[in-house]
Amino acid sequence: MSRVELINVSKNYGPLRVLNDVSLTIETGEVIAIIGRSGSGKSTLLRCLNGLEPIQSGTIMIDGVKVNDPDTDLRKLRQNVGIVFQSFNLFPHLSVSDNITLAPRLVLKQSPDQARKIAADVLARVGLADKIDAMPQQLSGGQQQRVAIARSLAMNPQLMLFDEVTSALDPELTGEVLRVLEGVAREGMTMILVTHEMGFARHFATRIVFMHEGKVWEQGPVAETLSHPQTAELKSFLDAVLN
Amino acid sequence: MKYGLQFRDVFAAWEFLLEGLAVTLALSVCTMVLGFFLGLACACARTYGGARFKQAVTVYIETIRNTPLLVQIFLLYFGLPSLGLRLEGFDAALIALVINLGAYSTEIIRAGLEAIPKSQIEAGQSLGLTPWQIFRYIIVFPALKAMYPALSSQFILLMLATSVVSQISVQDLFHVGSIIQSRTFRDFEVYTVIGCIYLALAFMMRGVFAVIYRQVFAR
Amino acid sequence: MIREFGTGDIVYLVFAARWTLALTALAFAGGAIVGLTLAVLRISPLAPLRFLASLYIQIVQGTPLLVWLFLFYFGLSIAGLPVNAWTAAALAYSIYGGAFLGEIWRGALIAVAPTQWEAGASLGLTYVQQMRHIIIPQAVRIATPPTIGFLVQLIKNTSLAATIGFVELTREGQLTSASTYKPFAVYITVACIYFLICFPLTQWSRRLEERFNVAR
Ligand SMILES: Nc1ncnc2c1ncn2[C@@H]1O[C@H](COP(=O)(O)OP(=O)(O)OP(=O)(O)O)[C@@H](O)[C@H]1O
Ligand SMILES: [Mg+2]
Repeated sequence: MSRVELINVSKNYGPLRVLNDVSLTIETGEVIAIIGRSGSGKSTLLRCLNGLEPIQSGTIMIDGVKVNDPDTDLRKLRQNVGIVFQSFNLFPHLSVSDNITLAPRLVLKQSPDQARKIAADVLARVGLADKIDAMPQQLSGGQQQRVAIARSLAMNPQLMLFDEVTSALDPELTGEVLRVLEGVAREGMTMILVTHEMGFARHFATRIVFMHEGKVWEQGPVAETLSHPQTAELKSFLDAVLN
Repeated sequence: MKYGLQFRDVFAAWEFLLEGLAVTLALSVCTMVLGFFLGLACACARTYGGARFKQAVTVYIETIRNTPLLVQIFLLYFGLPSLGLRLEGFDAALIALVINLGAYSTEIIRAGLEAIPKSQIEAGQSLGLTPWQIFRYIIVFPALKAMYPALSSQFILLMLATSVVSQISVQDLFHVGSIIQSRTFRDFEVYTVIGCIYLALAFMMRGVFAVIYRQVFAR
Repeated sequence: MIREFGTGDIVYLVFAARWTLALTALAFAGGAIVGLTLAVLRISPLAPLRFLASLYIQIVQGTPLLVWLFLFYFGLSIAGLPVNAWTAAALAYSIYGGAFLGEIWRGALIAVAPTQWEAGASLGLTYVQQMRHIIIPQAVRIATPPTIGFLVQLIKNTSLAATIGFVELTREGQLTSASTYKPFAVYITVACIYFLICFPLTQWSRRLEERFNVAR
């Protein structure tokens, strides 16, 4: 059973077709880098994967569970699918520790002590052990994003989605976040990243998925796809981002 | 105990109700116009005037906004005669309402004026426009647009608040209602009808304001 | 029998203000229950609930408070209940306050970024958990200044209860004015007492708002 399976998925916003007959299969342990122009539907794809957005046709399966089925318990599903947003979306009224422990306590019914231990553990993994009692506003953008990653990790998900997690950061802060992502990838996490960091994609992704006009336009192993793009669209996209 | 609702006696007095409605409307419209200009004057004094002006306007606004309208009306109607100034009920009511609305609209208008970014004014200045031209061509329209929603809800609140003038025997809609009540003893029915008329008036005002907004600003 | 307006009367008026405060407290409590319900209904995912709550607010905000006071005052006897200014006022102010608080609080709830709901949902929290742990705590901060602002409106509007014979500050003023025949002095005193209650609240609300704006 594949970890993620999209079969002929289409998604509209009103008259606008944002995902057009997308099919994609992802195996456990893969690290997928999704690239593509602005507006090509990358974020939408991620949001459909954890059921934040409904789809109009097709099928999305995660670990054999159909996401776009009214009978599926999305809450259950989302416990296994972490998502990290471009804009962090930390809870500003909660400390770092409470941000991380909220869901484990409420959803996984962990005891406060247990949850805090896990919080300390995931914070150490993102290199912020000393910030456990800070408030989000006291942290830099890079630190906030690492807390957001830690918050996702604390749920011990089977699959993690990252939507341009470094785009809102100053260049000197992207490095620290990318290093955290590397660590997570090394631990064998199945990851889908929407990213503009081609260097990162080249080193840590197992596969590149190029989206164009709501379609998976081209995909393949990283090195090959980046050095020998098959379509004119990917070629011109790569020319643009790699200068 | 069973109470049969009966509206006949209330509707029989429809001409009387209309007279009351006319007074309420007259009072509301006069107050809106005068109150708006009072507010505009005070807002300009506060935004562009000297320190003295600012202080005076602040004292005025805070006094009015932190005391009840009913007490303000009582003070004008019952209080002033002991200082030798006797006002007709309608005049006392109108003055009190204008002073009251003026204070609230000052704040709204000021917020509207301040909503214009400084850079807009500077752009006007660097193009060599006079202060009046800047006001006329750069500030007025967007400021009106910014203050319009708050101002129109304030106007509706004002219309509803005019009912308070019934307490100094101005024959507005509410007062007419209490007269009909004392004649017919149909208290619950009277106030239901009165309430519905106010409600219709409020909805109408909202409708009119929305149409004006669409015609003038939504382009 | 006409007597002088003196210190005794002023003290008496100051004491009458406690009924103004008591009525305000009652009105706020009742209004808060109604208002919270309305606010939650107004952002409910179910359209009929949203519609009903919005209809309620439109109707109450489109009718004078005076009408509600009189409707309840006279309606009590129709409902077979003893006619009582306290009950009528408590009901009328709860109905009225609820509509305004409902709007204020709904505004605060939707002022919390939608991404906060998404972040909560993505962690597997239920709707109620998202509301309780993520949205409401943030909305409370946003709502506090306008809520205090409305409290000031409420305090001032309790003066209308005088019209159904509820003895609070304004009614006491009317009575004192009738017995001393010094309406100017009496109503100035009454106004001052209202001012002393309301002004600090107004300032507090403003300071909170400024602090909030800076924090953003
Ligand atoms: N909530 C929405 N309502 C309507 N249209 C939307 C909505 N969200 C996205 N869109 C549209 O869907 C299309 C795809 O958006 P999406 O955010 O998935 O693009 P993207 O590939 O992530 O782009 P970017 O690189 O700019 O983030 C765009 O044309 C966008 O305008
Ligand atoms: Mg995107």
